[in-house]
Amino acid sequence: MLRLQNVYKKFGDTMVLNNVSLDVNQGDVVAILGPSGSGKTTLLRCAGYLTKADSGTLTISDKQYDMKKISSKDLREYRRRVGFVFQNFNLYGNKTALGNVTLGLRVSQKMPKEEAEEIGKTLLERVGLGDRMDFYPSKLSGGQQQRVAIARALATNPEVVFFDEPTSALDPELTGEVLTVIKQLADEGRTMIVVTHEMEFARKVATRVVFMEEGEIVEENTAREFFENPQKERTKEFIHKSTTWASMTEEEQAALEAGADALPDVIRHDADF
Amino acid sequence: MNERIITELVESFGKLFMVGLRVTIPLTLAAFSTGLFIALMVALAQIARVPVLRRLVRVYIWIIRCTPMIVQLFIVYFGLPTIGIKFNSFTSAWIVMSLSIGAYCSETVRAAIESVPVGQLEACYCDGLTFWQAMVHVIVPQALRTAFPPLSNSIIGLVKDTSLAYSVALVEILATAQRIAARTYDYFWLYLEAGLIYLIFCSILTVAQRKAEAALERRR
Ligand SMILES: Nc1ncnc2c1ncn2[C@@H]1O[C@H](COP(=O)(O)OP(=O)(O)OP(=O)(O)O)[C@@H](O)[C@H]1O
Ligand SMILES: [Mg+2]
Repeated sequence: MLRLQNVYKKFGDTMVLNNVSLDVNQGDVVAILGPSGSGKTTLLRCAGYLTKADSGTLTISDKQYDMKKISSKDLREYRRRVGFVFQNFNLYGNKTALGNVTLGLRVSQKMPKEEAEEIGKTLLERVGLGDRMDFYPSKLSGGQQQRVAIARALATNPEVVFFDEPTSALDPELTGEVLTVIKQLADEGRTMIVVTHEMEFARKVATRVVFMEEGEIVEENTAREFFENPQKERTKEFIHKSTTWASMTEEEQAALEAGADALPDVIRHDADF
Repeated sequence: MNERIITELVESFGKLFMVGLRVTIPLTLAAFSTGLFIALMVALAQIARVPVLRRLVRVYIWIIRCTPMIVQLFIVYFGLPTIGIKFNSFTSAWIVMSLSIGAYCSETVRAAIESVPVGQLEACYCDGLTFWQAMVHVIVPQALRTAFPPLSNSIIGLVKDTSLAYSVALVEILATAQRIAARTYDYFWLYLEAGLIYLIFCSILTVAQRKAEAALERRR
């Protein structure tokens, strides 16, 4: 359904994406994991045409596009078929929640106001914000803002939705409401690519996991296999560290720093959902 | 101060005030709205990186900022007719003051546009909007809100600067006061009165600015 092939991207002399290829099937929820600076955001931004790749091709259903350059007509059509959710929401400050969801429909697709608002209201209700439609972003909590952003990304009923760390900018007690909405979308069979540091979320919601490091995909597997039976040393280490570190006591973390391997067995920190 | 002067001042107050309403305020509004439009275009030309336009715009700002407005007025009103381009006093003042506001406010507007998080522009792109649609619907409205206080200062400054149009024979507040005083020799009182008229107009604007700011604040 969505296929990225041989994506390369350099920033100056640093190779940020080094021949990345990714295949996403209808209904897949792909979690992209990896250490900071591994190129996850860059990959997503290239796929969303927010950053130009140096080379690569993108195929969505029947259409194929060059990731280095695209005609504005193709781009407009492509953008209708994908949605993008940002780490820091990026809601339009001069529009209400409803206005945020409907702007693209009204301006880009020239949809009549009533029709667009119908869609907007339905989507806002679906993310649990039926009572906040007329609120401006500054009057919404981070979690609510991100849910509006999700509704906005869904406005064109896209075939694929990209999420770049949708909960990283949120206070811990607000991540649950956003992850719940994303899980709900997953349950409805929505195709999604989610860059995340929430291991529990990846474990429970993702159908597939992609592990990136230094601009390359190191390991790619079904979520279950990835967590229960990781293939690469590097992946094992990453899973071990990220699942245990957050729930360790300070002494244990210190011990880890010191290189001691007498660590407790996987102590999981369960997310709120 | 005798009775004659009081009667004269009461009478002239009405005259000066009316001239303010008929000349100063229209000139201010015309020059400010044209100037703001120029400022927006200049700011956007710089942000959108239109290559040639960007250069031209720099030259324009440079010239306007580094020459006195009164010289510009003289060039347009007394100079241009010698090469066959003739504008009346009001139009000359309008042109010069628009260009001045355009140059001075373009930096304010540009900074305000750049203060809107770039992520919102990206979100617009993801929503299928073009650069210009994003500017019109999302970025510029927020920028103008940010720029509102400095722009209000500019409009108040402009009210006062319209008195420079006196030099190109525009019969505005100062010129009217001067004419009345020329008959009676009460320069002191009439110029004081002219000052008072400016004070009134600018005070009204200041209050309006405060009210508008409060209203804008409620809407976000
Ligand atoms: N606009 C840019 N200009 C220069 N270098 C950049 C730019 N954007 C990203 N990089 C570099 O590219 C590399 C990958 O960055 P990227 O943001 O894709 O990582 P990431 O995997 O999303 O990390 P994180 O988990 O911290 O979000 C980093 O080394 C970063 O410094
Ligand atoms: Mg990132």
